[in-house]
Amino acid sequence: MLPYLTMNPFGFPVLSTTIFMPLFGVLFILFMSNEKAIKVAAMITALLTLAVSAFLFVNFDPTTTIFQFGERISWVSSFNINYMLGIDGISIMLILLTTIISPIAVLSSWKAIQTRVKEFMISILIMETAMIGVFCSLDFILFYFFWEAMLIPMYLLIAIWGGPNKDYASLKFFIYTLFGSVFLLVAIIAIYLVNGTFSIPEAMFKDYTFQFQFWVFLAFGIAFAIKVPMFPFHTWLPAAHTEAPTVGSVFLASILLKMGTYGFMRFCLPIVPQASFYFAPLMIVLSIIGIIYGGFVCLSQTDMKKLVAYSSVAHMGFVILGIFTFSIYGFVGALFQMLNHGITTGGLFLLVGMVYERTHSRQIYDNAGLGKIMPIYMFFFGLFAVSSFAFPGTNSFVGELYVLIGAFAVNKTAGFFAVVGAVVAAAYMLKLLKQVAWGREDKRDIKDMNLREIIYMVPLAIFVLWVGLFPRPFVNVMEYTLVNLATQLDKVSH
Amino acid sequence: MADYIWLIPLFPAVGFIFNGLFGTKISKGAVSWIACLAVFLSFLTSVAIFFEFLQLPADARVFEINVYSWIASGEVSIPLGFRVDALSLVMAMTVSGVAFLIHVYSIGYMEHDPGFKRFFVELNLFVFMMLTLVTGNSLIMMFVGWEGVGLSSYLLIGFWYQKDSASDAGKKAFIVNRIGDFGFLLGIFLLFFTLGSHGVWTLNFGEIHKSAHLLNGNMINLITFLFFVGAMGKSAQIPLYVWLPDAMEGPTPVSSLIHAATMVTAGVYMIARLNFLYSMAPTTMMVVATIGVLTAFFAATIGFAQYDIKKVLAYSTISQLGYMFVAVGVGAYSAGIFHLMTHAFFKGLLFLGAGSIMHAMSGELDMRLMGGLRKKIPVTYWTFFIACLAIAGIPGFSGFFSKDEILWKAFSSPHGHIMIWMLAALTAGMTAFYMFRLFFGVFYGDCRAPEDVKHHIHESPKVMTVPLMILAFLAIAGGYLGIPHVLGGANLFDQFLAPVLGGGHGHAAAAHASAGFSMVSSAWASTAEAGHGGEAALEMTLMAASVVTALIGISIAWLMYVKNTGMPGKFVAAFPGLFKVVNNKYYVDEFYDFVFVRGIMKAGGVLLKVVDIGIIEGIINGVGALLQWIGGGLRKFETGFVQQYAFGMILGAIIVVGYIVFAPLF
Repeated sequence: MLPYLTMNPFGFPVLSTTIFMPLFGVLFILFMSNEKAIKVAAMITALLTLAVSAFLFVNFDPTTTIFQFGERISWVSSFNINYMLGIDGISIMLILLTTIISPIAVLSSWKAIQTRVKEFMISILIMETAMIGVFCSLDFILFYFFWEAMLIPMYLLIAIWGGPNKDYASLKFFIYTLFGSVFLLVAIIAIYLVNGTFSIPEAMFKDYTFQFQFWVFLAFGIAFAIKVPMFPFHTWLPAAHTEAPTVGSVFLASILLKMGTYGFMRFCLPIVPQASFYFAPLMIVLSIIGIIYGGFVCLSQTDMKKLVAYSSVAHMGFVILGIFTFSIYGFVGALFQMLNHGITTGGLFLLVGMVYERTHSRQIYDNAGLGKIMPIYMFFFGLFAVSSFAFPGTNSFVGELYVLIGAFAVNKTAGFFAVVGAVVAAAYMLKLLKQVAWGREDKRDIKDMNLREIIYMVPLAIFVLWVGLFPRPFVNVMEYTLVNLATQLDKVSH
Repeated sequence: MADYIWLIPLFPAVGFIFNGLFGTKISKGAVSWIACLAVFLSFLTSVAIFFEFLQLPADARVFEINVYSWIASGEVSIPLGFRVDALSLVMAMTVSGVAFLIHVYSIGYMEHDPGFKRFFVELNLFVFMMLTLVTGNSLIMMFVGWEGVGLSSYLLIGFWYQKDSASDAGKKAFIVNRIGDFGFLLGIFLLFFTLGSHGVWTLNFGEIHKSAHLLNGNMINLITFLFFVGAMGKSAQIPLYVWLPDAMEGPTPVSSLIHAATMVTAGVYMIARLNFLYSMAPTTMMVVATIGVLTAFFAATIGFAQYDIKKVLAYSTISQLGYMFVAVGVGAYSAGIFHLMTHAFFKGLLFLGAGSIMHAMSGELDMRLMGGLRKKIPVTYWTFFIACLAIAGIPGFSGFFSKDEILWKAFSSPHGHIMIWMLAALTAGMTAFYMFRLFFGVFYGDCRAPEDVKHHIHESPKVMTVPLMILAFLAIAGGYLGIPHVLGGANLFDQFLAPVLGGGHGHAAAAHASAGFSMVSSAWASTAEAGHGGEAALEMTLMAASVVTALIGISIAWLMYVKNTGMPGKFVAAFPGLFKVVNNKYYVDEFYDFVFVRGIMKAGGVLLKVVDIGIIEGIINGVGALLQWIGGGLRKFETGFVQQYAFGMILGAIIVVGYIVFAPLF
């Protein structure tokens, strides 16, 4: 028995089921030809996956720091590579986020995608498998496998169903992230050469030399910073978002970006803690530049989607800031902000997509003055916009407050600048909100949200308010893991 | 009953949610009455608690309830909780009472507006947030309400979103407020961590009070100053006052409720709530009082040269808020809250009166196109007259009692200064002048309205005039709650608030002793304390002086706008430059717009061009070009065999890793 992994207590491999459920659905879809049936099958698959992950969530033991629901099968014994899965308080939240977003993604593309529906749904489901796989893997090679597997469907989403400039954007996305992946692989092999195993938990909190940690952190750091994306590695993001179809943007914003911050939390901090301390000032400075820079750039945007994309740079800055405070508040805040950003920014991308389907433009001016024409739409837009700038009572307020507490506890200057960023956020979001709600007065024939659209926005809206008002249940799930991480790091620092 | 304090903010919340969800399904009447009822129930609850409090000994009048643990982890625990004590109760009663009257008034005023239902939904949201602000038991709860009223004010200013000016004004209000909030937030964090460094992790008012002694002088000055920055934004003080006049773009009941009676006073409430911190921070107190009196004076001068009746009232609000900050700045917290309350009555009334005038004048706001309305809208005339007397500080009206208490404290408190008193007293005269300039201009002389408007002039319906009459009653009677001792009263208001705010004097004296403050005022204070008779005589003298100033102001207004109506024109002709500058509000807006708004918007675009497109993309594309160039040379290695590529990749990886692992050995 492994000290860091409790085995799966159920009669079936619950994590593998969650991971491969979407792929299982793909098997059926492969043999289907009716577009309607394909959509329904994809939807059922995504919902079943959600059900399994809900089962996981309910049975998750929040009072232990050991990885749970473990599975371990020898894969390539000569290199000591194992098919090893297990989750803790960090990954369970991100898995849940993935399985919630996926059915919403399917539902949101019901009408928007007209060409190659089959391939589209298959891409979505393969991506879901890969994303859940990333969050469950406890073996570096397995992790790397899922990490890379995710890129291909994402690339296809942009390259096939993307906008007019899709070739440039998809290539940029692909090269950028592949560039990062090479560094990730280097770091993984370096760790293997020292440890003789690809087990992730076994690599944590060991006495590596500082020199080793320094280089490994750099390699990890470049890979993850591109993914987050952190300033100055962010330029692929607006390009990818503007060209990606709505679902592509939603997956990008909600989950793919989280891979980077997840990587920092899962790898950099526990595996190379001393280097993390060493690089923390740099990371904090870059995160704050991202927060403020992202905010200011948003102020001058006229494209709704680009604005939301740049706001992601600012929001992800808060996550990085939280992580590199090494405090429990910062960690809770960072994890919350990952979820919140996934929900809120994902929601905003969905809303931008909805209006794009109606007006075929993403320019703010073309979509101005919707308040009267689309009151239901405006309600959701308003809710997600205020959530985006951390209005009290919404999810981001709770997350940002935790991050700010963490930041102030470590460094008052950092806290000060983060608050500046928070103030700017209100300015650009309200500017957008004002124009979209009130900007024009002419009557146009645009229909308000339909039932399907309302159905997939409501769960997100509930989450916004739930976390905003009663964050406790979520904190309970993540707290043990994060406290443990903070305590371990504290031990190392002394 | 006090256990049910959470009901106070809950009722309007329920009204907001119910009307928000089902408003489209029910009739206009139902929506408006549900909204009114919700606010009225809040008012009843606060009154019930008030009567319960009267049964209790003064020091037992505090109730706190934590509904649930909201944000918590480690040592930090921030419950969602409410606190009711004398201060929050006075605030809750004032807010819900005035809000109820304004809700009822709005039924008439907004009757023909297509956004009628939305108006009541947003109004209830505002009241919910405002009551959360005043009944919250921690700085975070206060901040929640603080942001909440900001958002609802943003929504309501932009209520007539068809007008660009309205939605711009809404945005401006929110953003200027955000600058204030920035200070407020920093203050919260600084206080939280400074107390935390002493092992006290709390944001609860009661607990902060208990551990306030742990803070040192410089720190407490900084913290209180940051909080004051928040107050400057919300309560429109120099230099963050610019949003309030623009906020008049909102419907008049909104101006009355949010931008006169309640929300803008939140900053004063905040300082009164944290009085125990401010009393330990003499430097901040001095800043608060100075900014307060300068704002009072400065805004009054602008009030001289405005023709838009709502703009005059807006600058007058800024000016009166300045008085409140003078009060809290000299440690006379209960005087500040007293003026806050009486101001809510008379300024609420003035705005509703202005709304009634607009109603009569088909929406006209320019006083140059009014005149002679006295006979045509008598209820509005009389109630407006009472409000003008109250704001001018004429004895017998509420403003007299509260303003004179502030003037006296500005003079006699150890934190006060004779200069503050002089400027404040002068402002009182100026206030009387510009208010009566407005009053005479609107109600006296010949009617200067166009013919088609003239025909329509009519008194407002009962649903509007009854709230006017009730507020007029309060604008007189409210003052009698705080009759000063020198006039033979017991100052019940001060007594009721004493458990929370202390006898303003005692507190201040303690801080004064430690700070070694102004010599002049300390001499006055000691004389004042030494001989009660001398003090009383002095207080009466000062009172008489300010009343005379006010009467002079009114007389000049009468001379210029009733007796000899050619005078203002001559004056303007004599000083055209001066008039233009004041009429244009000293061009402060233009200055801010040029420096901040445009500057910042531009900065965003420039950043994007230079950093993203210029530098970062430049480097990346440069690298790309370089690789292509190298690639040209390397083309011979491209054989098309995947195995060879894979071999190359692994080889490369091994070289890099090998270097990393073995380099330290050499």
